[in-house]
Amino acid sequence: MTKVTVAEEWLNACAGCEIAILNVGDVLVDLLVNNLDFVHIPVLIDKKYFGQTGEEKELSIPEAVVGIVSGGVRNEEHKEVLLEMRKKCQILIALGTCATDGGIPALINMYSDEDLKQFYYKDSPTTDPADYPTEHIPPLLDRCYALDEFVKVDLSLPGCPPHPDWIAGAILALLDGKTEFKMPERSVCDACPTVRESKKGIEDIKRLYEAAEYDPEKPLNEMRCLLEQGLLCLGPVTGVGCGGTKGAPRCISARVPCRGCYGPIRKGAKPLVDYMGALASVGFDPNKMLDRRGYLARFSGAHGVLKKIG
Amino acid sequence: MGKTLNIAPITRIEGHASVAIHLDDSGNVSDAKMHVLSLRGFEQFVLGRPVEEVPRIVPRICGICPWHHHLASNKAADACLGVELPPTGRKLRELCQMMAYIPDKILHFYFLAAPDFVLGPDADYSVRNVVGIVGANPELAKKVVHMRYKGQMLLEKFAGKVIHPIAGVVGGFSKPLLEDERKEILAGIQELKDFCVFTIKFAREEVFPKYLDAVKILGVFPSGYLGTVRPSDGALELYDGELRMMDKDGNFDQFTYPEYVDHIGEHTEPWSYLKFPYAKKHGALKLDENDPVGVYRANCLARINVCDKMATPLAQEELDIFRKEFGRPTHLTLLYHWARLIELVQACEKAEELLNDPEITGREHRAKNIQPRAGDGVGCVEAPRGTLIHHYKTDDNGLVTMANLIVGTTHNNAPMNLSVKQAAKALIKDGKYDQGILNRVEMAIRAYDP
Repeated sequence: MTKVTVAEEWLNACAGCEIAILNVGDVLVDLLVNNLDFVHIPVLIDKKYFGQTGEEKELSIPEAVVGIVSGGVRNEEHKEVLLEMRKKCQILIALGTCATDGGIPALINMYSDEDLKQFYYKDSPTTDPADYPTEHIPPLLDRCYALDEFVKVDLSLPGCPPHPDWIAGAILALLDGKTEFKMPERSVCDACPTVRESKKGIEDIKRLYEAAEYDPEKPLNEMRCLLEQGLLCLGPVTGVGCGGTKGAPRCISARVPCRGCYGPIRKGAKPLVDYMGALASVGFDPNKMLDRRGYLARFSGAHGVLKKIG
Repeated sequence: MGKTLNIAPITRIEGHASVAIHLDDSGNVSDAKMHVLSLRGFEQFVLGRPVEEVPRIVPRICGICPWHHHLASNKAADACLGVELPPTGRKLRELCQMMAYIPDKILHFYFLAAPDFVLGPDADYSVRNVVGIVGANPELAKKVVHMRYKGQMLLEKFAGKVIHPIAGVVGGFSKPLLEDERKEILAGIQELKDFCVFTIKFAREEVFPKYLDAVKILGVFPSGYLGTVRPSDGALELYDGELRMMDKDGNFDQFTYPEYVDHIGEHTEPWSYLKFPYAKKHGALKLDENDPVGVYRANCLARINVCDKMATPLAQEELDIFRKEFGRPTHLTLLYHWARLIELVQACEKAEELLNDPEITGREHRAKNIQPRAGDGVGCVEAPRGTLIHHYKTDDNGLVTMANLIVGTTHNNAPMNLSVKQAAKALIKDGKYDQGILNRVEMAIRAYDP
């Protein structure tokens, strides 16, 4: 079998997606040796943008069949690298919720860059106040964007990080010559084994420092739904998949509520509106919800979903 | 006219940075800088959030060491809300801290740093990586991939999520450890410990001796050091203790977490998004590799330098060998790799110790009756790349009003810059440079922060 060439990049990212690739496990060595030929991946390989001795003037990434990009787009360099990846790769994969929906770093879209820099470079309790840096660093864009706001994305694998099952599934599908690989469009609740009694009666939403009621010796399918217990769980409006192709939702396995890290159930869904309905269905007054935007767009602030305050 | 070599991106590290090396007319290095190219703004966008939610947000600062951010953040949030942890909750968090260290250090040594040592700094870039290591020693590579994966999955199975964790909660831990789980994890940790003891012996006897010449010249300069120690005896601490700031001659101050503001200042340069922390005692920061002022380093070599001893027996045997050869403090930057493996042994032994403690399977794993309040809390842990300082303030409703974060890589911003400059000046002469030489300059960065 001929090897498939792969280029990988990370933009406004944390490296969690790259570690998730490594968590594909023991098959990784075989894939690396027999199936994949990484021509560019900064976390593992020393390929340079401006030539190996840094003298070329134009940023360049080698051609590859598959391009994988994690992270959102927050500054001019991210944008330039993304456009170059699109140009050089036949199939572009958006890996992780930062790439598909902005992820956690898109929470910054609620604030102005002036406020951010004012605290970071002037007001912080340990900082000697100074002018903002501007030399040799890429300027920030006006907000944090998802990849598809700039380029065509062929395959989206959300998750913070994506479960290795989906990464392996996508890679194996591509190796098999397929270019179609879709995540299911269902909610976390559809994969959650906890017990729903569908009774109304929640008066107060509990905060995260309050514990769920459960017997640790008993499995998840004997624990009552956390939302019905009054814990704010974003399962109803979050895409399924964090437990991989078979497992239970991972936060629920740790007996804590979902916070939405797989992003909306489908493109264009409106978690904020839908969640108000979910809360009303268990009898809670949604107007009492604390930090509503901070919960409901925690992982999906790109696409203009989160706008600046004031 | 001189020219600039733009080494971008810096590879086999975590994060976005580039190096610019400026050559004068005769081809010698006039200056070299490391530019950090990204600013995400965590301190800004946690404002207004309930403080107990912050430990579920900040792990995204780093996907390689998310547990350490999760735990430091939980500690800061506990302090804001005035919560005391039950001993079991505290120990479960510490166990996760140790279990998160093990795969991280295996990754760092074998995947990110070792290609420079095993394949050599002059090997072509296309093979100087983990795939090249697989080609050079397939059996060892398979074992490495398996052991790293095993470490990750032990933690994931118990705590739900290994990357961007969730099981630490304000007041303790979200679930207890059951006896069956304890036995399974203990067996896994014992296997990992054997592998880690093999690793340090392999590195000490077969890898490092070949590169002692490079160790003595690459990125070397005198500096201070920051790390955590156990208050009772000054032993190296990875989870909870007091901070120790050492100067270049080995004198030190020891202080509690909230006192960090008296000891650490942060300076800004116009050419990097990342600030430059410095030791406040010296009054200012001077980025001169021959006569640095205020510069201190964090991460494993710093911890090995500041501690009086290791906290566990096998790690202590390794420290004895290291100290006999290099003394205390040692300023040889590439020794970070050696120090990293000494700590790895302690993390394995400490995890084993915690798993053998009867309290670890207790059922009081989280505090009850927590109430929102106005507060001010500082939480620290030692992450693989250096001390994490999370400092939050809250209003009456427990919502965050201020967040100041100084994280592992940030502490090392000034020393990484000095190491780059020192290495570039030592290696590039009369316009002569090539890929191998420039890779050696990057090795000075990789010591701190793959």
